[in-house]
Amino acid sequence: MANYLVQRLIQTILILFGIAAITFLLLYLVPADPAVQIAGRSATAQTVANIRRELGLDQPLATQFLRYLGGLIHGDLGRSYAQKTEVMTLIAARIPATITLMVAGIAAELAIGVTLGVIAAVRRNTLLDRIVMIASFTTISAPQFLVALLLLYVFAATLGWFPMSGFGSPAHVVLPALTLGILGAGWYARIVRSTMIDVLNQDYVRTAKAKGVAPLRVVLRHALPNALLPVVAMIGIDIGQFMAGLVVVEAVFGWPGIGQLAWQAIQQVDIPIIMGVTLVSALAIVIGNLLADLIAPFIDPRIRLR
Amino acid sequence: MRVFRELLRRPLALFGVVIILLVLLLALSAPWLAPYAPDEQLFEGLSLEGAPLPPNAQFWLGTDTLGRDLLSRVMYGARTSLLIGLVANGMAVTLGLLVGMTAGYARGVVGAILMRFTDLMMAFPALLLAIVLAALLRPSLWIVALVIALVNWVQVARIAFTETSALAERDFILAERSLGAGHARIVGLHIAPHLVSTAIVWGTLGIATTVLLEATLSFLGIGVQPPEPSWGNIIFESQSYFTAAPWLVFFPGIAILLTALSFNLVGDALRDILDPTQRGRG
Repeated sequence: MANYLVQRLIQTILILFGIAAITFLLLYLVPADPAVQIAGRSATAQTVANIRRELGLDQPLATQFLRYLGGLIHGDLGRSYAQKTEVMTLIAARIPATITLMVAGIAAELAIGVTLGVIAAVRRNTLLDRIVMIASFTTISAPQFLVALLLLYVFAATLGWFPMSGFGSPAHVVLPALTLGILGAGWYARIVRSTMIDVLNQDYVRTAKAKGVAPLRVVLRHALPNALLPVVAMIGIDIGQFMAGLVVVEAVFGWPGIGQLAWQAIQQVDIPIIMGVTLVSALAIVIGNLLADLIAPFIDPRIRLR
Repeated sequence: MRVFRELLRRPLALFGVVIILLVLLLALSAPWLAPYAPDEQLFEGLSLEGAPLPPNAQFWLGTDTLGRDLLSRVMYGARTSLLIGLVANGMAVTLGLLVGMTAGYARGVVGAILMRFTDLMMAFPALLLAIVLAALLRPSLWIVALVIALVNWVQVARIAFTETSALAERDFILAERSLGAGHARIVGLHIAPHLVSTAIVWGTLGIATTVLLEATLSFLGIGVQPPEPSWGNIIFESQSYFTAAPWLVFFPGIAILLTALSFNLVGDALRDILDPTQRGRG
């Protein structure tokens, strides 16, 4: 177990290092020049050169990269070009909002997805099952911004139940979380349905039914817990999907999380922030996958860690 | 042919095929069938107060904030979205197959490096990467396609790798090599044909992903640039107006949704037909 953990930890660090390297290289190759962006349109060539030297952008690529890595090892993500603040501070200030949205979004996904998956499995090959499956296929094929705009149109603009955008009260979190919930639920519904069908066909479920256990209890207490294992793995993977989609949802709802921070930084070519958010997102993806692997053996003792 | 007949026997896949053909037809015939030019600002396309018109007899899908006919823009937008979908996904599948086949056949150091790189890309927040690249490079249709291809090849590479490394162990490959066949001949003639169904399935499913990604980039204003219409940027242009003119979001949105759904339905059915080991249960 300890061996496995150490191995995975080293792997995680290597992956983050690789991602830092690729992102750095890509941002270096991109033709947008941050110095020009900061100096403004009317700046002289001298000002631009000064800014470039101040930021260390006149150094060779290798020097810049090593300096960045040196900082990274000490947990230093550098300073924002535009805001002159530590990137770490900026991200830390935005993380609570993002995590709130993530928790609410995953809760919505699970609530919708698991319920629909169980219903489809219990009523399999009926019209209801067909409808659930077609609906889940449809949500998988829907662009995030479309779902977000439609929810805004119906529940905020027309019915006025929830605010259009912003942050602060519980009412603000409903529509963004529901957007993520609707989009992700399709995957969960499909997975829960197919494992649930497997579990419902197993002998122990038949035994429970034969003993005269109430049908609802058989489904919820006997079958469902065993059908949830792939769901746990899915949540881990989902965190990655979620981090990647954050920019769009936060932009539409004006949600002040790290997605919005990244979006502002992208427009200002504020490379340290872009790097920081990319790394934090990658870290979340890797940790999500790791957690999924670590939790699995606790839920299902048949799985052993190698 | 057998595959195609089996495809048409499934109601959902049939629905997908019909929608895809319809969208394709609308896209190809846009210059002849579209009622107006996509960028023509019509005087009668705005109300007396200067607001866009809801769907009516003259403008079937209504008009946008500049008085342009939405139906014509959605038809021309289909050209952009499908073109990017096909080109970007074609590049992604080709790149994925090349990387996966090379890694699976060569194995050793080359294979290890390629697959570790693929693992790395799996941990990359793909949409974030696409957004960053598209925003910083000056966006054009081809840049958008390239960016999408760069983030979408990974899954195909993984699958091609698994299939190729299983094939490379098989006796017929060993026999081929002992007869003196070169590596290029073995990969091209004896391994690649086994990956055709993978390429077809991912070539179809991937178009759905690509269409969605293009729409998302264009919706953020960093994809296909106006005035050239794409489904995403029609919504981008009218986003701030959408509570007053919801049809400007609704119709292009439906076009994106139906297209992505159709490619997903057909791709899923193709996977069922072509690869019995992956067949869905229930």
